[in-house]
Amino acid sequence: MAVVSGLLEIRDASKSFGGVQAVTRVSLEAQKGEILSVIGPNGAGKTTVLNMISGFYHPDSGRISLEGRDVTELAPSRIAELGVARTFQNIALFRGMTVLDNLMLGRHVHMKTGVLSACAYWGLAQKEEVVHRRRVEDIIDFLRIQDLRRRPTGSLPYGLQKRVELGRALALDPKVLLLDEPMGGCNHEEKEDMARFILDVNEEWGVTVILIEHDMGVVMDISDRVAVLDMGQKIAEGTPDEVRANPRVIKAYLGETKAVPSTGGSRV
Amino acid sequence: MSEATTLARMLRRNARDLRDRPAIREKDRGIWQTWTWGQYYEQVRDFALGLVALGFKRGERLSVIGDNRPRLYWAQVAAQCLGGVPVPVYQDSIAKELAFVWNHAECSVIVAEDQEQVDKVLGLRDQLPALRLVVYDDPRGLVHYKHEWLRSYQEVQELGRAFAARHPHDFEAEIEKGKPEDVAIICYTSGTTGNPKGVMLTNANAIGIADAFRRAEDVRADDDALAYLPMAWAGDAAYTLFLSLVVGFCSNCPESPETVQRDLRELGPTTVLAPPRIWENMLTGVQVKAADAPALKRWVFERFRAAAERAEIRRSDGKPIPLGLRLACMLGNVLVYTPIRDQLGLRRARWALTGGAPLGPDTFRFFRSIGVNLKQVYGSTETTGLVSLQPSAEANPTTAGRPCPGIEVKIADRGEVLVRGPVIFKGYLKNEEATREVIDSEGWFRTGDAGFMDPRGHLVIIDRAKDVGALRDGTPFAPQFIENKLKFSPFIREAVAFGNEYPFVSAMVAIDLNTVGNWAERRGIPYTSYLDLSQKPEVCDLIREEIRKGNETLPASTRIRRFLLLTKDLEADDAEMTRTRKVRRKFVAEKYASVIDAFYAGGHAVELEASITYEDGRTAIMKSHVRVEDVEAETTARV
Repeated sequence: MAVVSGLLEIRDASKSFGGVQAVTRVSLEAQKGEILSVIGPNGAGKTTVLNMISGFYHPDSGRISLEGRDVTELAPSRIAELGVARTFQNIALFRGMTVLDNLMLGRHVHMKTGVLSACAYWGLAQKEEVVHRRRVEDIIDFLRIQDLRRRPTGSLPYGLQKRVELGRALALDPKVLLLDEPMGGCNHEEKEDMARFILDVNEEWGVTVILIEHDMGVVMDISDRVAVLDMGQKIAEGTPDEVRANPRVIKAYLGETKAVPSTGGSRV
Repeated sequence: MSEATTLARMLRRNARDLRDRPAIREKDRGIWQTWTWGQYYEQVRDFALGLVALGFKRGERLSVIGDNRPRLYWAQVAAQCLGGVPVPVYQDSIAKELAFVWNHAECSVIVAEDQEQVDKVLGLRDQLPALRLVVYDDPRGLVHYKHEWLRSYQEVQELGRAFAARHPHDFEAEIEKGKPEDVAIICYTSGTTGNPKGVMLTNANAIGIADAFRRAEDVRADDDALAYLPMAWAGDAAYTLFLSLVVGFCSNCPESPETVQRDLRELGPTTVLAPPRIWENMLTGVQVKAADAPALKRWVFERFRAAAERAEIRRSDGKPIPLGLRLACMLGNVLVYTPIRDQLGLRRARWALTGGAPLGPDTFRFFRSIGVNLKQVYGSTETTGLVSLQPSAEANPTTAGRPCPGIEVKIADRGEVLVRGPVIFKGYLKNEEATREVIDSEGWFRTGDAGFMDPRGHLVIIDRAKDVGALRDGTPFAPQFIENKLKFSPFIREAVAFGNEYPFVSAMVAIDLNTVGNWAERRGIPYTSYLDLSQKPEVCDLIREEIRKGNETLPASTRIRRFLLLTKDLEADDAEMTRTRKVRRKFVAEKYASVIDAFYAGGHAVELEASITYEDGRTAIMKSHVRVEDVEAETTARV
């Protein structure tokens, strides 16, 4: 395979918290348009990697670049502006605000109107609102949540909150979408819906997806490539089939030689 | 009017006479999008010519599957313009049922709403030899589907526009070829026995029902109607396709099935058609809101509601309403009734119809009393959805109304209702024998319903004629009549009564999970599932009390003596009911034979083996021990 520089590149990134070495010299590369899953046992450092990409944490050493540009030290807001959106393991929505308002907020990085003109809501500000509302309505239609527009997000069932959070991330029009356990705590049907949405986002909108997920069935089904972390280090990377057959992965997961389950929603 | 002979000509007339008036709306991206009759015509023309370009011939059948969408309606009208026949199907049917209909009707084209529906077609592709084109409306998720027989709606319309450039007069010529006796639609009846039958309705039927309806009811070109009932149901075809095309009113498609209630409110349609279930849900919604309201508001609501119902009862009995009550109602109209109508989206409705199944008298009275002109309509698929209708001044919860002008009704032996007129269908597709069984040489159609004409000239329906039997002592037994008394209880969702050739009447009851669940929560009774809830002793007592109430309105000999609470609701997926929720009596009697035995052998427990069919066709067996209960304590002794 020819060496193509990826859309997003993490090179030798390390991060420690006090004495705990969370991530050690991890390198990852997401190609444009792929679904890359990051898996690993609890505490393997998966979320830390996502947090470094989105600028929540800055790595102690190493480099992160987006489209060839160094973003290692940029603030989360700057990284969002460059087209990296994310969802959180423990839903981070404004619970008292409606679904519509949460999604409109996701458009914030694209809004140029200042506080004063926005208050006047006239001329450009109004035009801008219409443009953004249209985009948000596309997302509402895409996620099939037309009936929830005016509902406060806090009143929604968990699975729907997850869906709204995905919508909020999509409202950013991201190049890269970071999903931290989008199916955690969801039932079977909600998982299927979510998997469908992720595939559609990837295929139709061409969004690159980096996914952390515990449900092996889903990961193996929808990922183009899978990277495996264990104790803060990358121990394997490749297609789902390659990873499934990798003895180090099997050892990390099960501590003995036994195949990783290939189907079903079993939590590993 | 030579012009008013086919639906296609009606479309052409509307495009000319009502060019800029709204014809159909769809709520999309949260905004109501409108197409005028002029645009409706263009949309239909482009799609129709696209079909022609792809080889569609007169007489071919085109099926649509999905929610109510303008494009799916246009596809049906396009087929009609080309002399083809639309065959709408229920989108929640399981694969086996879909395969049967598509094969039986030999559909060569299927227009599917979205990926979900296309996937169903894909799964059945090998079993459908006649199918050669699938068209989808919503392209989402379908970009990677590469089949030469799969095309987007836009693609077909573009082909149509290109075709029109080469053959500018073809569409008009096709419309001219249409004849009144041509089949305009095939609606499959759910059939309480055996496979569904394809009911062929002609252009003449479509014009016939529109004429009869117009003469019986005030319907105008500037009316707004909500198109939200299943397209495969003859009622929707009659209302959204036939009546809308003939009268020229605007049909409005909701955003999604989940948003119907909100869309209804936004739109405020001027005419409403809804089955009993919708009215019951609306009333439950109002009651739940009232129960949650602060004490003062609740008191105001209850007082004025009671006043309105007293007035309504006097009005329907033809008694004068005392001045005090009349004043109370006027005040109530300002404070309570109008706001409720507004909340429900019924404020602009000049009339509202309920049909398909009986509606409980309490629910009926509630809507009448708050000023909704709710009336009963009666019809069947074979009568293009219409036989009789209640005039506004004679609305009541018990009759099916007066036969509409031009439609004759006669009562035959055993009380069977016979109907004749322009609305009677042409015949069942590929089933001459069944057609001959129901239409006699003089053109009378046997509805299969038992009923009588009351002194006012209203038709009253009691039951299906074939279900009317007799208890062992000869007392006539009409199961549906008894079941309806039970189903008027908000806690009972379904009931099946047995008694033919038995000494007394017993019933299997399926509780309503929502209302009983709510009731249990308010009393602090914990439960985990439908099964668990249905077998709680408290729930049993609740239902026993409801049955007693129903019994009071029945003659002593046909009162229900024993009952059993089912551990699951009756489901169309399990073939226990039809898609329009009619009990398939024979099938249920066989399936629950052990229950019937227990009823009449005097046993107090029975092992219930319920098979459940999931939407994807998988089945599971659920076994449980269920108690057989007596309504009155001493009855078992007599058995």
